[in-house]
Amino acid sequence: MNSTILTIAPAGTWSLDPVHSSVDFEVSYLAGTFKGGFDEIGAELTVDGERATLEGSAKVASVDVKDENFSAHLQSPDFFDAERHPELRFTAEDIRLDGDGQVSVAGELTIKGVTQPVTVTGTVTTPMVDPYGNERIGLNLTTKIDRTDFGVNWNNPLPSGEPSLANDVTILAELQFVKPGEETS
Amino acid sequence: MTRILGISGSLRRDSHNTNLLRAAAEAVGPDVELELYDGLKEIPPYDEDDDVDPRPVSVARLASAIAEADAVLFATPEYNSSIPGQLKNAIDWISRPVATNVLRNKPVVVVGASTGAFGAVWAQAELRKVLAAVGARVLDLELPVTHAHTRFEDGALTDEEVGARLADAVEKLADEIRRNEREKAVA
Repeated sequence: MNSTILTIAPAGTWSLDPVHSSVDFEVSYLAGTFKGGFDEIGAELTVDGERATLEGSAKVASVDVKDENFSAHLQSPDFFDAERHPELRFTAEDIRLDGDGQVSVAGELTIKGVTQPVTVTGTVTTPMVDPYGNERIGLNLTTKIDRTDFGVNWNNPLPSGEPSLANDVTILAELQFVKPGEETS
Repeated sequence: MTRILGISGSLRRDSHNTNLLRAAAEAVGPDVELELYDGLKEIPPYDEDDDVDPRPVSVARLASAIAEADAVLFATPEYNSSIPGQLKNAIDWISRPVATNVLRNKPVVVVGASTGAFGAVWAQAELRKVLAAVGARVLDLELPVTHAHTRFEDGALTDEEVGARLADAVEKLADEIRRNEREKAVA
C-alpha cells in the first residue's frame, strides 16, 4: 500500500458496507431542521490508476422518517414519486484528493428522474485493515442542492406568506467501503 | 378501454358540477369510458371507530370504483371558499390507510363550477392540495367555470369554450393514464 498515491484509495473495486453507512438529508422546516434518511442504499467505488469513479443509489421506498403517514407522503408524487422514480442516483467520474484527506467530487445527482450536476465535498480516511482482514476506507461526503431544481416543489405557506419548507437541502453520505484483503482475494 | 371515474362534490340533482361531468362523459374519445359516481350522499361521517373491516358498504363501493378506474375527474363547487364537507369526508375515508389507499398514484384532474365570477377556483386549489396530500397524481391544471347557470341548458353544456377546455382537461388525463401504463410496462 502506498500512501502517496494521488487517488483517494488503493486501486480496485470497493464495495459499500451498507450496515455501517448512511445517506441522510437535512432541510429547514418551520422552526428547526428536519432530518431523514434512506435505509436501503448501494454504492461502488472503483479506483483505476489515478482515476476514481463512484456510483451510488438510494431506494425512495426506504425513506426513514418518524411517521408512517409522512413516509407515505414523501413517496407520493407530491415529493419523490416512488412509483415512477424508485431510486435516487449519484454518479461521479471526477473525484479529486485535495490533500489532507479532503475530497472534492464533480458528479451528477438524479432525483425524481431529473439529473443535475452537483459538487460534493468531504473527507476520506486513510485505508485501514479491519478485524476481518478487509481493507476499509471511510468516505464522508456532503452537498447542498435546491430541491426545486429536481421538481420537488411541495410547500405549505406560513400565515406570514413565507414558505414553511426551505428549498435548500443538505445531503450527507457517510460511506464505508471494503475491499477484500490481499490474502483473501 | 380507459376508465375514468367522475366524482361530483355536489349532491344537488341539477348540480352544475354533475352536469359538467356529464358533458365530459359525452366528450370523451371512443376508447375512453367516463362513469359518474352517484353514491356520495350515502357516505357516513368519518369515524375511526367505524373504520373497521368490513367497512361501510357505501365506502367500500366508492373505494372499489376508484380502484377499478384508471383516473378520477373531480368537479367541485365552492362552499365558503373551500370544498364541500361531504366531498372532503369521502376523501378522508378513502385516504386511510395513507400508504395503500386507492387514490395513491391515481391520476386525477379537478374542475369546478360556480354561479359566481370565480368558478370555484379556491375550492379547486383546496381539492388539489387534499388529493396531493393523500398521494394522488394531481395534474397541474384548473378549469373554473364561472357564472355556471348561464352555460347549461336543461342540464346540457352549451358553452363551446368551456366544452373545449373540458375536452382538453380530459385528454390530458387520458395522456397521463397512457403515460402511467408506459411507466408500468417499463418497470
